[in-house]
Amino acid sequence: MQFRGRIWILDEDDINTDVIYPGKYTYELFSEEEMASHALEDFDSSFAENVREGDMIVAGGNFGCGSSREQAVTCLKYAGVKAVIAASFARIYYRNAINQAFYPIECPDASRYAREHAKELEKSEISLNPQNGTVAFGEKVFNFSPLTDKALEIFDAGGLVAYTKKKIG
Amino acid sequence: MGSTMIEEILARSSGGESASVGDILFVRPHRILSHDNSAAILGIFKKLGGKKVWDQDRIFIALDHAVPPPDAKKAKSHTMIREFVREQGIRYFYEGGTGICHQVLPEHGHVLPGVVIFGSDSHTTTHGAFGAAGIPIGRTETASVWALGETWLRVPPTIKIELNGEMLEGVTPKDIILYVIGNITADGATYRAVEFHGPVTSKMDMSGRMTICNMAAEMGAKAAMIPFDSTTGEWLEKVTDAEYQPVLPDDNAEYERVLAIDCSEITPQVARPHKVDNVVPVSELGETRIDVALLGTCTNGRIEDLRQAAAVLEGKKISEGVRLLVYPASKRVLKEAVDEGIISILLESGAQVAIPACGPCLGAYGGVLAPGENCVSTANRNFKGRMGCKEDTGIYLASPATVAASALEGKIVSYF
Ligand code: SF4
Repeated sequence: MQFRGRIWILDEDDINTDVIYPGKYTYELFSEEEMASHALEDFDSSFAENVREGDMIVAGGNFGCGSSREQAVTCLKYAGVKAVIAASFARIYYRNAINQAFYPIECPDASRYAREHAKELEKSEISLNPQNGTVAFGEKVFNFSPLTDKALEIFDAGGLVAYTKKKIG
Repeated sequence: MGSTMIEEILARSSGGESASVGDILFVRPHRILSHDNSAAILGIFKKLGGKKVWDQDRIFIALDHAVPPPDAKKAKSHTMIREFVREQGIRYFYEGGTGICHQVLPEHGHVLPGVVIFGSDSHTTTHGAFGAAGIPIGRTETASVWALGETWLRVPPTIKIELNGEMLEGVTPKDIILYVIGNITADGATYRAVEFHGPVTSKMDMSGRMTICNMAAEMGAKAAMIPFDSTTGEWLEKVTDAEYQPVLPDDNAEYERVLAIDCSEITPQVARPHKVDNVVPVSELGETRIDVALLGTCTNGRIEDLRQAAAVLEGKKISEGVRLLVYPASKRVLKEAVDEGIISILLESGAQVAIPACGPCLGAYGGVLAPGENCVSTANRNFKGRMGCKEDTGIYLASPATVAASALEGKIVSYF
């Protein structure tokens, strides 16, 4: 399984759930499109307009720290983002991501490389293989601990709730 | 490369040969714990399409968070849980008054070295005191485990904390762990497993080890473990004849970080409002009056804790205007305290003794604070409003001895 998409480099550590999905919306019952339209609103107000299906985000360490709100995962997913590649994730964000079938890829080397070469990588493409554990910027390939087949089953099902439903049969 | 405790335990519980940091594994628990929140979990279980739980002999439910129920809504939740327990044939259900889930679970022999305990409660880390991995998970995940018997986990890196030196007289495990949290900070172990080692840990009794692992949740740890030794073995002998295979860390295990703490320097500590890592020695706190003193909870409601407090209170009266609330961690603890004459000492000093349960620890009932009040508590969290009143002026966390001494003085003091 290989994904290709445009790259967004968010050149910061500790990007928190408030800037990904503002707290003032968390108790609003928004549709998927509405949630997507607020994705990363307080980090980069042009993001939601310009993001495209299949895009991938590269960020620094401790991505998704702060609140346990699941919308910080789903708003990006509904906006079309395929994966976030970060140096590290906050624990709850990571669990929420897996349970929502959204790829949280922890790869400090790729994160560092992309941030250091942000200028040249702008508007370029990235390819991701969650099964083999590789992320590539052109010729430059980085490895991460791949998701196991069993974890990928959650993704195939479309998330933990769907996975459990399917398993129960 | 050798394995840390969490690597070995997760490998074992997922049926694999080995596990290393970053791997995602599907893990099967020895027990899965929940409490009054079982009412919400069973709702999700049904929504997921759950009909029969995967194994009625591995699910543990204890009613403790609002016991006895203070209002009709909470009483109704308990009724729903009892019905579910009956309908599913869940074997390990403990009625309100048996005690707090984290005390009842080990007391009834459910925690064994080397196993995984999942819990829909953030202080499930407590069970690492027995060399197990006690791992907190969310409600949806708990419902999913009830249905499938497993959930995924990512193998975390481990921080090794060595408790070196010797504890000074009058210093308790609570003071040690408050000091450690002050040092490592409230998110210092986020997404990490923690292992406690060193001579102070080895000499500590099981009650103290439970206090340490319980509070490791307040540094963000996913699990906190103390290697099995003869102290663990002797304690377990009294509660279970189940067989178990302890997991010890390999000598060449790889730790992300090693933190050496010299306990000989530590005096009684207190965590000031409203963060658990806002810790100072009691001697540097400055004059702080109190209205409520809470002795109990899953952190410090065991017989050893009540003994410490009784030793301070014996033959004395608490300060006028102070409410000293005592919530033993379990019925067994309460019974032992009655037999040892501890309850008489507490009552004569002016304490109000309650049914073994969480009480005002989570602010739901049983002695919440009034606006403008201060509390000194043996619990594990001092967040604003935690004890039921957003206008409280502060919850201070300390050891049972400090709480007892403070109740006598009407202000926060240590006994020694
Ligand atoms: S005593 Fe307090 S911390 Fe412990 S389980 Fe009950 S509410 Fe939670």
